[in-house]
Amino acid sequence: MTAITLVAAGAVTGVVAAVFGAVLPRRLRVTAAAVLVWAACSFEAAAAIHVLAVGRPIVAHSQGLLPVTGADVVLNPLGALFVLLVVMVAVPATMHAIGYSRHGLDTRTAACVLPLFVTTMLLVPAAGSVATFLWLWEIMALTSLLLVLANHVRREAARSAGVWYAVMTHLGASTILVAFLIVAAGADGQSFAALAQHARHLAPGVRALVFMLAVVGFGSKAGVVPFHVWLPKAHPEAPSPVSALMSGSMVALGVYGVILVGDVLLGGGPAWWWLVVLGLGAISALFGALHATSSTDMKRLLAYSTTDNVGLVFLALGASGLFAAAGHPMLGALGLVAGLVLVVNHAAFKGALFLSAGSIQAATGTTDLDQLGGLLRRMPQTGALFMVAAAAICALPPLNGFIGEWLLFQSLLHGAAIGSTAGELAVPLAVAAMALTAGLTVVAFVKAAGIGLLGRPRTKSVEVAVEVPATMRLAVGVLVAACVVLGVFPMLVLPAIERAAKAAQPSVGLTPLVHGVNVQLAGLRGLLAPAELTLALMVAVAGVVTIRRVLARHPAPRVLQAWGSGREIQTARMQYTAMSFAEPVQRVFDDVLRPVQDLDVSHSAESRYFVESAIFHSAVDDAIERGLYRPVIRAVRRWGQAARRLQPGSVHRYLGYGFGALIVVLIAVAVIG
Amino acid sequence: MSTVSHLVGTGLVSGVQVVAVVLGGPVLVGTMRKVRCRLEGRVGPPVLQPLIDLRKLFRKQRMRPNQATWIFPLAPVVLVATVAVAIAITPLVTTQPALSSSSDLFVLVYLLIVGSTVLALAGMDAGTAFGGMGSSRAVTIGALAEPAMLVTILALSIGAHSSNLPAIVQGTLAHPGSVATPQRLFALGALVIVIVAESGRLPVDNPATHLELTMIHEAMVLEYSGPDLALVTAGQSMRLALLLGIFVNLVAPWGLSTSTQSVEVVVGLVALAAKVAFVGITLSVFEVFTAKVRLFRLPELLAGAFVLALLGVVSGLVVR
Repeated sequence: MTAITLVAAGAVTGVVAAVFGAVLPRRLRVTAAAVLVWAACSFEAAAAIHVLAVGRPIVAHSQGLLPVTGADVVLNPLGALFVLLVVMVAVPATMHAIGYSRHGLDTRTAACVLPLFVTTMLLVPAAGSVATFLWLWEIMALTSLLLVLANHVRREAARSAGVWYAVMTHLGASTILVAFLIVAAGADGQSFAALAQHARHLAPGVRALVFMLAVVGFGSKAGVVPFHVWLPKAHPEAPSPVSALMSGSMVALGVYGVILVGDVLLGGGPAWWWLVVLGLGAISALFGALHATSSTDMKRLLAYSTTDNVGLVFLALGASGLFAAAGHPMLGALGLVAGLVLVVNHAAFKGALFLSAGSIQAATGTTDLDQLGGLLRRMPQTGALFMVAAAAICALPPLNGFIGEWLLFQSLLHGAAIGSTAGELAVPLAVAAMALTAGLTVVAFVKAAGIGLLGRPRTKSVEVAVEVPATMRLAVGVLVAACVVLGVFPMLVLPAIERAAKAAQPSVGLTPLVHGVNVQLAGLRGLLAPAELTLALMVAVAGVVTIRRVLARHPAPRVLQAWGSGREIQTARMQYTAMSFAEPVQRVFDDVLRPVQDLDVSHSAESRYFVESAIFHSAVDDAIERGLYRPVIRAVRRWGQAARRLQPGSVHRYLGYGFGALIVVLIAVAVIG
Repeated sequence: MSTVSHLVGTGLVSGVQVVAVVLGGPVLVGTMRKVRCRLEGRVGPPVLQPLIDLRKLFRKQRMRPNQATWIFPLAPVVLVATVAVAIAITPLVTTQPALSSSSDLFVLVYLLIVGSTVLALAGMDAGTAFGGMGSSRAVTIGALAEPAMLVTILALSIGAHSSNLPAIVQGTLAHPGSVATPQRLFALGALVIVIVAESGRLPVDNPATHLELTMIHEAMVLEYSGPDLALVTAGQSMRLALLLGIFVNLVAPWGLSTSTQSVEVVVGLVALAAKVAFVGITLSVFEVFTAKVRLFRLPELLAGAFVLALLGVVSGLVVR
């Protein structure tokens, strides 16, 4: 069987899965679709592994598949890495969907569209020409939109979220289209190879325009500030497996798009391009992390955290381009590897976190942190898996998040002295942004895990919550296992990532890492031995436990009430809430977050010294949505209202418009002709 | 054969470092308390009191709040284990501890963050108001201290072209003049503030307070008692000793052994004890004249540390 057959077989299986999802009875459709999606994933994964192993791209062309242009497949190692990333999220997400299906995924539409969504994501990185890419990109956008709207009948907010997502994704698609058209206009054909050939001869201004349009377009898909507004709206409304797919893999394809245009098509650019990318990344990381700390809904928190993680990826890509532009191709390659590692890590832990949020939603009916609590006792396995994934996203060693942050820090450290003033100022600021982001991520996830899973349950439905079915736990477990393996044995995966980076920057052709058990930078002083570190930690934990056991005289602990300052009865309302936990951060950063707070005290009629009731309201809106999008929406609405005056309903007036337009056209023809 | 003996040697030295810090940390805390008491005109408890307290606590029965999960007993273990690994790989008495190739400043910082993060989670495990309050404040301060910390690391690492701590220390030993460069001085200034914040000393947190509204660390660990409390206390003093040990070896690495020979290790141990004691006493003299800063004034202090660190990086690049 040739490699292209595998790609085609995957696509066909995906479409068959969609058909099964549409025609089978309700009980079977999600399971059948999921199993077929796994088959499709295996085909595509086999093709991708083949490409990464051999190092040669799969190339094919089919004239009949798409009208006029035909379809082109070019799966190079860079695309293959992203295919594997999609597979890594899609298999657990669809497995989770089986147990989750009665929360909006077992309708005919959803069961049909979900396999299509996965299949297009598997194929986008294999697209070899503008037309093929845009077809797949558009189907991916539409299918994900339909999935965001899966619960639109029951939830008002889903409709509004759908509109926001539709508008943002299509604005993004239009700038991508323009960017491709500018390059393709003079190119010989519309394949990416032809575009890359032609892009070399374009004027610097045109190249910059193409790059910036692509950053805006792909950035809106990736959720970079200020195009992130759809994420915190769409993710809480979408079914959780869909959130996991969108946040883990679809967002990663936005990053793929930036690498495709910036490195593959344009072959790199001047330093200022990359300073823009680095700046966007730093701002996104900080803004996302800050909002994640102050979100009180678990899925909204995860959505903002996606903006934060993608920001770090953009920061790495920006640093990579900056170093390459300053004449340090090796550092450029290292930065790109760091960025790709961050993307892969993000897919693993964010997928796990969204899926466990889905498990919690399925068990309790809510993702509002202030209604949860005490879930680790009630859902021990889901809770423990959430804890590990949260530790991974906080970049705690020895999990995978740490490897990504270490590589990013090393690339910034060694790039600090590149010899250009702007770059040298940007690097320490980038390190600071990365550090503050990491610190705020810890705040956000200690809050999510501590308020949501520990302490006392805050509502009745949480009190009686029970563990979710085994498939849902297994799905999260697979992704958490990926977090552990990527953290302890990163060299199992890093060579493949390096090969992908090499495919993106073919002119460089350098390998920034020394191959072996440890992560070691080639030609630079930097080494990390994650396996040895893990072993040392395990020995230390065992040692401390032994010491505690040997020294203790009373082996069994006594279980008793927690200290309540002398109070006998303690209730869940005495605990800290998500809002109060985040209050210090909110107060320190109130210039950015601008919380809206309102205290309404009504006094007793007899005396002002007695308070009858007090209502405190506090909310953190998205400042960018309020400051940037709301005014535009208001202006458009006003313009629409004004335009309505042209349509009073009078037939005479409409005939007059037609006549006037005809006269104008005739005059125009006369003048020009 | 030589690699095996090297492995055994480095392992032994690392073991010496861990034991020295485990026993020396409480003595350091006791000394700092004594100095402070004397300056305030009190007699103060004996210098060895923290060690005696640890022994007493280890013999008591463990108590667990009824809402707590496995996080609660696990957190003190993880705290001590991560600090112990950090101590083992740090060049405290020799430049060749075990796993010295992994002895990266970045790794050390994140190892310490593991301990504080797990402890913050444990604070919320009992479901009380105090625990949440302490955890919330502790992670906030941790987040605000992190930019200053990593930029400081960057400033210290640029000169050595590596964030590997033995490499930095060996660079200082080879070129003693590099300690007095502006980049190193700015960075060390920032490091002092960061160390104070990270180890919960005045003016950031008052380790002696048990007043509900001012506690940070103490509020977070309020539910711990007996052997678990002993581990938390030991972890905290080990952390202080480790941070001061890193600091003194960055400022004045002299006396540090460059091999794993027993004579040199003993010299290194004595030098480390003397240097850390000196810095610890200076810190406690400073603490006598300082009051705890309000929680919401802390960002200014930590922003100051960040600016110092940034100056360190920039001056390093300008002077070069």
